[in-house]
Parts: sequence; C-alpha cells; structure tokens
Amino acid sequence: MSDLTITALRFGFLLLLWVLIFSIVSAMRRDLMVGRKAAAGTPTARQVRKNPDLAEAPPQPLKQQAHQLVVTEGPLKGTTIPLAASPILLGRAQEASLVLEDDYASGRHARLFPQGSRWFIEDLGSTNGTYLADQQLTRALPVELGVPVRIGKTVIELRP
Amino acid sequence: MSQLSTIPKPRRNVELLLLVLALSVGIGANMLVGVDQEKAFDSDFWFQSSLLAVAALVFHVVLRIRAKYADPVILPLVVALNGLGLAMIHRLDAPGEDTGNNQLRWTLIAMAVAIAVIWFLKDHRVLRRFTYISLAVSSLLLILPLVPGISAGEILGARVWVRVGPMTFQPGEIAKITLAIFFAGYLSSNRDLILLAGRKIGPLQFPRFKDMGPMITAWLVSIGVLIFQRDLGSSVLFFGLFIVMIYVATSRVSWVVIGVALILGGGFVAAQVFSHVEVRIYGWLNAFSPDVYETGSRQVIEGLFGMANGGLVGTGLGQGRPDLVPFANSDMIIASIGEELGLIGLFAVVLMYVLLFTRGFRAALGTRDAFGKLLACGLSFAIALQCFVVIGGVTRLIPLTGLTTPFLAAGGSSLLANWIIVGLLLLISHTARGPVDTTPLPPGGAAEPAGIDTPTEAVKQA
Repeated sequence: MSDLTITALRFGFLLLLWVLIFSIVSAMRRDLMVGRKAAAGTPTARQVRKNPDLAEAPPQPLKQQAHQLVVTEGPLKGTTIPLAASPILLGRAQEASLVLEDDYASGRHARLFPQGSRWFIEDLGSTNGTYLADQQLTRALPVELGVPVRIGKTVIELRP
Repeated sequence: MSQLSTIPKPRRNVELLLLVLALSVGIGANMLVGVDQEKAFDSDFWFQSSLLAVAALVFHVVLRIRAKYADPVILPLVVALNGLGLAMIHRLDAPGEDTGNNQLRWTLIAMAVAIAVIWFLKDHRVLRRFTYISLAVSSLLLILPLVPGISAGEILGARVWVRVGPMTFQPGEIAKITLAIFFAGYLSSNRDLILLAGRKIGPLQFPRFKDMGPMITAWLVSIGVLIFQRDLGSSVLFFGLFIVMIYVATSRVSWVVIGVALILGGGFVAAQVFSHVEVRIYGWLNAFSPDVYETGSRQVIEGLFGMANGGLVGTGLGQGRPDLVPFANSDMIIASIGEELGLIGLFAVVLMYVLLFTRGFRAALGTRDAFGKLLACGLSFAIALQCFVVIGGVTRLIPLTGLTTPFLAAGGSSLLANWIIVGLLLLISHTARGPVDTTPLPPGGAAEPAGIDTPTEAVKQA
C-alpha cells in the first residue's frame, strides 16, 4: 500500500476516534437538559400507549393538580409548602425540604416527587415507616389529593 | 405541572448507532495495525473482528430486552476501549505469541458474565441483602493469593495471583466489586448514625470511635494488601474507594481529612519499612539517573521516550516501536497508544474514560435508592481511580504501581471485573432513567438489619 494511503488512513483513524467522542457527547446533550421545557412537550400517541400513566386530562377533565402540601397533624400543624417542579424531602435532617420536628421520623424519612402529572411518595428506608391512607408504603405510590400521608406523628396532605 | 411530563425514553436506537461507530473504531484499529506488516485482512483479523461485533450486538439486544432504559452511551464507550485494546495487544504480539486471541477469549467471557449479571440480577437493590456476605467474600478473595496450595506465588514482585488449572487469576479485581457492594450496603443503612453522632472539634465534626470501625477495617485491609501481597496499587484503590464512598454518603469533610491522614501516615511508614515501596518512590523521583534506570525505572523511561517519539499525531498504528518497552501490552499500554496515536489519540482515550465516569455518576444522581447511588458512585470511582493511578504512573506524575488500565490492558481478571462493573452500572442507570418502579422488592429485600439504633437514640447517646 502506498505511503499516501497509509498516512490518510492514519489521520482518518484519529478523526474517527474524535467523531465517536463528539457523537457520544451530542447523544448526552438531551440528558443534560433535565427538566427543560424543550425536552418534554405533550406525549405522543405512541408514548401514551407505552406509558399508560401519561394518558392524563381527557378522561377526568375535573381532576385538579396538586399545588400545595399541607401539614394537618403533628408539631408543624398548619404549615403549607407550595409544590414546585422539584422533589420534596421529608425528614428530620436539616437538608430536608420539610424539616419534621418529630421524634418518630428518621433523618431522611420519605420523598415526594413528581412524575407525569402526579406526585409519588416513596419511603427512604425510614425506621418507623410511612403510611399512605393507613397503608404502610413498600414501594413508590401515587398520592391523590386529600389522601393523608402519615410520618411519625405528622400527617400531610396534598391540596389543589 | 404539564412541563413536568418527563417521559422516560429508552434510546436504544441511539445506542445501536453509537455502537456501530465504536465497533468501526475497534475494527478499524485492528485493520490499521496490520496494514504495514502483511497482517491486514488475515484470518485472525476477520475472526477477531466478527467475534467482537457479534458479542457487542448480542449485548445490545440483551439490553433491549432486559434493561431498555439503560444509559445508551456506556456500552459503545466500553466496546470502543476494549476494541482499541484488542487491536493494540494483537499488534504487539511477537510472531508466535497469542496474547491477542487470549484477550479476545477473555473479552467474550467477560461480556457473557456481564450479560448474565443483567439477565439474572434484574434489580441492583437485591445486592443490598448481601452486604455482609460481600465483606466475607472480599476478605476470602484477598486472602486466596496467600494460601499455599492455590497461590501462584510471587509474580513480578506481587502475590496477587491464584492458579486455577492452567490459568492464573487475580481475585483482588473481583474484590473491588464486592467491597463496593459492602460499603454501599453498610453506609446506606448506617448513614444517619454516622452523620448525627460524634463530637465537634473546631469546624469539623468527628465521628464516634465505634463508628470508625469500618474505616479502620478498610485501612487495615489496604495496609494488609500492601504488606502481604506487595501490591501498592490495589491498596491505594481499596482505601480510596472507601473514603470516596463515605464522603459521598455523609458529605463530611472530616472523613476525608482522617482518611488522607491515615493514608499519608501509612504510606510514610511503608516507605520507611518496606524496601519495595522505597525503591518505587526513589525510582520515581530519580528516574533519569543511570543507576536507577538499570534497576527500576527503565520501563517508565522507555515509555516516555516512546510517547515523545509519537508526538502530537503519533507514528500511526503498527508503525512505531512500542514493543521495545517491557510489558508494552499490559502495564504500559497507555504509552503504546500514546506512541502510535499521539497526543490527539491519547486524549481521545482519556476522554472516553472521563465520559464513562460521568455516565456512572449520572446514573448515581438519577437513581432513587441510597444503596444504588453509593454503589454507582463507588464503582465508577473505582474505574476513575484506576485510570488515574495507571496513566499518572506511566506519565511519571506519580510512582508507577501495578494496577491495570481498565478495558485496554492485557489481562483476563481485570477485564472480567470491569465488564461486571459495566453490567451493574447499566442496571443502575436502567432504574435511574426508567419510569418510577412501583413494583415491590422481591421478598426479603430492603428490610433494615435488626438491632441498629434509631437515629433518635444515637443523638441521645452522643
């Protein structure tokens, strides 16, 4: 093979290496726009078929979205927290979004997070457990409006 | 909340596209190394390329079936690195040597094991049940090379090998995975305890002495590895892994301070007491002096000369003389790549490791359980630390130690361990990126180990 071809192949290979890297970086770009409006949009028919959770609004036009979290029982009774787009950490740790002054709560007790149009509650391995409508959580479950969530002596609810 | 409809996307087609590109890097490299040496397009080439391609595509199909939300860039990155390593090892084979095909065999075994991990494990949270079993397994694996019957004795100054039939195996490579599982399980259960108890000295809050137990254990393990196996690299790896995981779990700087103090103290004593450590450090500081060159630093210096010869764009695959360096296909493979692909190629390789590491951390950020977060952090950090120790050693930033370059270097045990890590990272990223998993854990899972103080009690005791 001629020297020219070999040199061309040599530089071609270096180029190929960097093409791979740039393709990977551009494939990751979507991942970096987490929570950006551009990445979401309305789900297509195909996505709805695959993720039944996303089929929202039309069947129940009256269903309201949760906009605040209210503490109905416990030491912090009466506190409200507006719900934004970010997950909420419940517990006694100082970094929690709602710092529970409750001896029966763990440091990082439970997490309330949005997915699709609903809020889910998930126990983070707490000592005394989290109860959704008197049922102890063993997995992440959707929280409907007005359903009490009990953590230690504290009870919280989602309100529109 | 409509802006929140974060629809999970599998993105497997993106992965397929990138995989084809990655395979063309691996196979292209394999073709180029032979172009000048009448080795191009021989039966070896077709055999190796087709096997690698088939294995990678099978892996992809398995991901489509079992973990369809897994991160789409991890597999292509790893396949590209592994393919590049295979080509380089094949190229460095002297006539009659068969390291290339041996490496290919190990690649296929390792990929099969990683596929098995994804297929049968399904959910990484199951591993949390094996927290203390992992600790026992790790100690067993680390002791194995010292047991007379199965030990392969001292090879190249380190006792890290066991003999299984005709093959040798480095159990320490697997131990880094089981140790990561133990640390993740232990720290995710005892995080609150470690975090809340302890006394404050100045700006730092120090943990209680009994909470330092695992840290002391980790320190003893790494020092033990250093003394009995004479393996400086693994000892740094194990201890670094533990410090990072405990820092990630508690976000307390005091742990890092204690850890660094312990490792500096241990390292200083080791340098005074053990000749092999002292020789390494002396050889690193005075690498260019003639007497050291003859006895120790020849490998590093020839590697540096090789990389200098490669320059910015390299000599071209198959056209340099990286084979002049001792262990050009294992310890020094980074120098071989630097010589033949130049700075531009070497940076591409380093960047691939960086991307792999960031994807591991992305999976850790995304996943919702503490155990998975810690495990993903630990595993991807293990890969990063290994890269730092090896590449830093080859470029004489730090003393050269006997760790392997993940996916590139010749060596079956390291390949196997790293592919298992990739399997676990893919599983964790599957739960991180997928829709909320509302299925309960298999029975017997997630339960907190009994007998652990509640955080409340811990505070009262402190």
